[in-house]
Amino acid sequence: MSTRGGTHLWVAQRVTAMFLAVAVLVHLATILVAVRGGLSAAEILGRTRGSAAWLAFYAVFALAAGLHGAIGLRGIAAEWLGWRGRGFDAAWLTIGLLTAIFGIYAALGLYAA
Amino acid sequence: MEQGTLRVSVWRGDAAGGAPQFYEVPARANQTVLDVVTHIQREIDPSLAYRFACRVGMCGSCAMEVNGRARWTCRTHVKKVAQDGTLELRPLANLPVIRDLATDMAPFFDKWARARGTFQPKDAPDGAVPAEFHIVPPATPKRQAADAGIECIGCGVCYASCDIVAWNPEYLGPAALNRAWTLVNDVRDGARQERLAVVAGDAGCHACHSTQSCTERCPKGIDPSGAIAGLKRTLFWNVFGVSR
Ligand code: SF4
Ligand code: SF4
Ligand code: FES
Repeated sequence: MSTRGGTHLWVAQRVTAMFLAVAVLVHLATILVAVRGGLSAAEILGRTRGSAAWLAFYAVFALAAGLHGAIGLRGIAAEWLGWRGRGFDAAWLTIGLLTAIFGIYAALGLYAA
Repeated sequence: MEQGTLRVSVWRGDAAGGAPQFYEVPARANQTVLDVVTHIQREIDPSLAYRFACRVGMCGSCAMEVNGRARWTCRTHVKKVAQDGTLELRPLANLPVIRDLATDMAPFFDKWARARGTFQPKDAPDGAVPAEFHIVPPATPKRQAADAGIECIGCGVCYASCDIVAWNPEYLGPAALNRAWTLVNDVRDGARQERLAVVAGDAGCHACHSTQSCTERCPKGIDPSGAIAGLKRTLFWNVFGVSR
């Protein structure tokens, strides 16, 4: 990883952390509110179906979580297992994006259900 | 004045390996750890290898592990660190051993060079003396940030105390990054961007976990951890084109 890339990864992790700090609170608050009338699929879908705002929120959430997690795991693996270098970087990027895509796919499912 | 006996374990060996050896040294008032080592070498075993020069905390050559902690031995009083009259001395961690208590400091200083630890005058890139003196008012924030780290004596105590150096042999380490930070804040220096580029990334400031062992143990009261945080901050804003 070039030193320039290193700064970008660090910036990405800090920026996603800032977003996630807020997003996780929104997510938890939504859960608390949602279960007050009993948890039902119909109620969840009633909130998310066709809602572009929820779709956007969870899409960005999933992207941030995927990247944040992968960058963090990359650092841990480099220090503890010595997994360093371009090959591993590519693998972590793939893992991060795959995680994000699964999340976005799920959010799309709720939107289009 | 003699005050009983110290039991001293000293690691003896070389790059191939070694083991502790035990010595009995007369305890004295106001004795430093370096005094103890010198006593062993002069009175008991002249083959003991160790390093010192100034004996007054200026040269940075006498650091060792004392009872498991890196310290400058010429300014460390035995009574402050001995546990039940015993001392355990080992060569500085995270550096190759040459022999006994003498480590090879080359990797440590090579990293200063890699972090562009040399001042590069703005007005005279070829190294010539600038025609005019630069005026740097002492009260300006940049000058104060540079002053905070400038008294480093290169003893390697911080480097030996950093877990990240142990885990990642490429990591530039606290002292080299602290040096880079003083130069990043030196308004007379002309290599700011190049220096910021080489101290970024996995071998540079972004590898630091901010655990602050370096700051806790620096005998000069320098805060390399804070310097590294400063580099991270500066690089963060640099990405957005903001120069701070
Ligand atoms: S703050 Fe950074 S440089 Fe200092 S000991 Fe911790 S990891 Fe090492
Ligand atoms: S920062 Fe402190 S501990 Fe590190 S080399 Fe300089 S004087 Fe020694
Ligand atoms: S001998 Fe110079 S700093 Fe200790």
